[in-house]
Amino acid sequence: MATFQPLDVVRKSATVTAAPPAKRGVEVAKLIDVSKCIGCKACQSACLEWNNLKEPVGTNAGVYDNPHDLTPATWTLMRFTEYENPKSGNLEWLIRKDGCMHCEDPGCLKACPAPGAIVQYANGIVDFQKEHCIGCGYCEKGCPFNIPRISQVDNKAYKCTLCSDRIAIGQQPACAKVCPTHAISFGTKAEMVAHAEKSITVLKARGYDKAGLYNPPGVNGTHVMYVLHHADQPQLYANLAQTPRISPLVEAWKGVSKYAGMAVIGATALVGALHYFLKGPNEVTDHDEAEAKRLAETKK
Amino acid sequence: MSGSGRGDVHVRRYSGSARLNHWIMAISFVLLLLSGLSLFHPSLFFLSGIFGGGATVRWLHPWVGLVFAVTFLLLFVRFLPANLPERTDIAWLARLKHVLAGRDEYLPEVGKYNAGQKLVFWLQFILVPILLVTGFGLWEPGLKWAEATFSFKATMDQKRMAALLHAIAAVAAITIWIVHVYAAIWVRGTISAMTRGTVSGGWGWRHHRKWLKTEVSEGRVEKKSGTAPAE
Repeated sequence: MATFQPLDVVRKSATVTAAPPAKRGVEVAKLIDVSKCIGCKACQSACLEWNNLKEPVGTNAGVYDNPHDLTPATWTLMRFTEYENPKSGNLEWLIRKDGCMHCEDPGCLKACPAPGAIVQYANGIVDFQKEHCIGCGYCEKGCPFNIPRISQVDNKAYKCTLCSDRIAIGQQPACAKVCPTHAISFGTKAEMVAHAEKSITVLKARGYDKAGLYNPPGVNGTHVMYVLHHADQPQLYANLAQTPRISPLVEAWKGVSKYAGMAVIGATALVGALHYFLKGPNEVTDHDEAEAKRLAETKK
Repeated sequence: MSGSGRGDVHVRRYSGSARLNHWIMAISFVLLLLSGLSLFHPSLFFLSGIFGGGATVRWLHPWVGLVFAVTFLLLFVRFLPANLPERTDIAWLARLKHVLAGRDEYLPEVGKYNAGQKLVFWLQFILVPILLVTGFGLWEPGLKWAEATFSFKATMDQKRMAALLHAIAAVAAITIWIVHVYAAIWVRGTISAMTRGTVSGGWGWRHHRKWLKTEVSEGRVEKKSGTAPAE
């Protein structure tokens, strides 16, 4: 079976050696046109089936979201929002297929401490390499979209792979293949941006004057994009991040603290060594011993 | 090494239980340092091999941390009375130049601990609780326990803050630890305090004269005449 090869990897977690030559291949993207989604959850089923995942039977909390959240076995989840549009007075049923956005600047990869546990391929896909994962949960903290989940069974992180195993052999992702309304499309990123433009034009003609593409620049764009009727208010769609970016806390943790920390520790050890070479040990002299003896004897 | 009178007077500095406490804490600190650094910087990930890989580090580090925290607390309580600040501490710190030059004769007479040792003590007292609390924030079973016990559910930003603070506090604690270990090596005759429990009288006279005088006046100093102890 053809899968991605080492040279297809352009970025690797916790790896200080130079990345392989940055020959970015053709970047791919999945486009989710929220305006076309009917909430049938075929994508969720296809994801479970292709990836051989078994989500345990849960409980009904009176909402359509099922399960209630992403889990180690649910890599994509339809999130349903009832929105009363104050302008039109209409009740809008906003349905967003949640899952990994495959950021061009992946926070999970930045946060990961295990070398090679998270990689980015030349086509832009961000993939977890289970055999290198140590289950620390740093990827959860790095992610601006709250996507990765750690399994309580094997202590590994899981999320959407964008069906990297299917894409490697020229197939589209399972969710895109089964979507009955073509709300999910897959192709090169350029194709998908162009495809989105057409949808947005149609939406605008239908009165959604704020329709637009969700391809957030804060993470240098994503390889999963949304067409939203209310692109000015992404938070309407089950709290989709308005301006996602890697948290400054994570940037500081994985940036300045890492380098400054190593420097401080190294410098302290170096100063100690230098001090020893310059000053020599602080020895107890015979005079000190004699004084101590004298003190002890005067007391007796 | 041995001159006239050297090693004749021996002063007890640490009891067996204090040393045991110290060494359990010290070993757990070194294990925390090695396992923690392995996840701190990619170039140090190889250190996780000591423990059998990154996955082992992930679950082992927090438990060692608990051992460290408990032994630190015990040692803190034990050493607290001798580490209370005194007026002479300021004079000692003001003469840091002489401290670093090893000119103890220019320093005020100090009790069981000098101002530098007290600083190590109090700075670690600030850092260890920070490391403990933020450590819980990075530890999934610990967070579950905190949620069940205090119904405290950490937000993602709090967990991110915990990660950053844990790293900063750990760097500070390691830096102070380097100073602590270096001082023990540099000031000759110190390490026997924590290994055999005693120091030579001359060591006490040179570095902790006030303490030595108290020990002598209270009759706690054993004077071995004739037999020189193994050096």
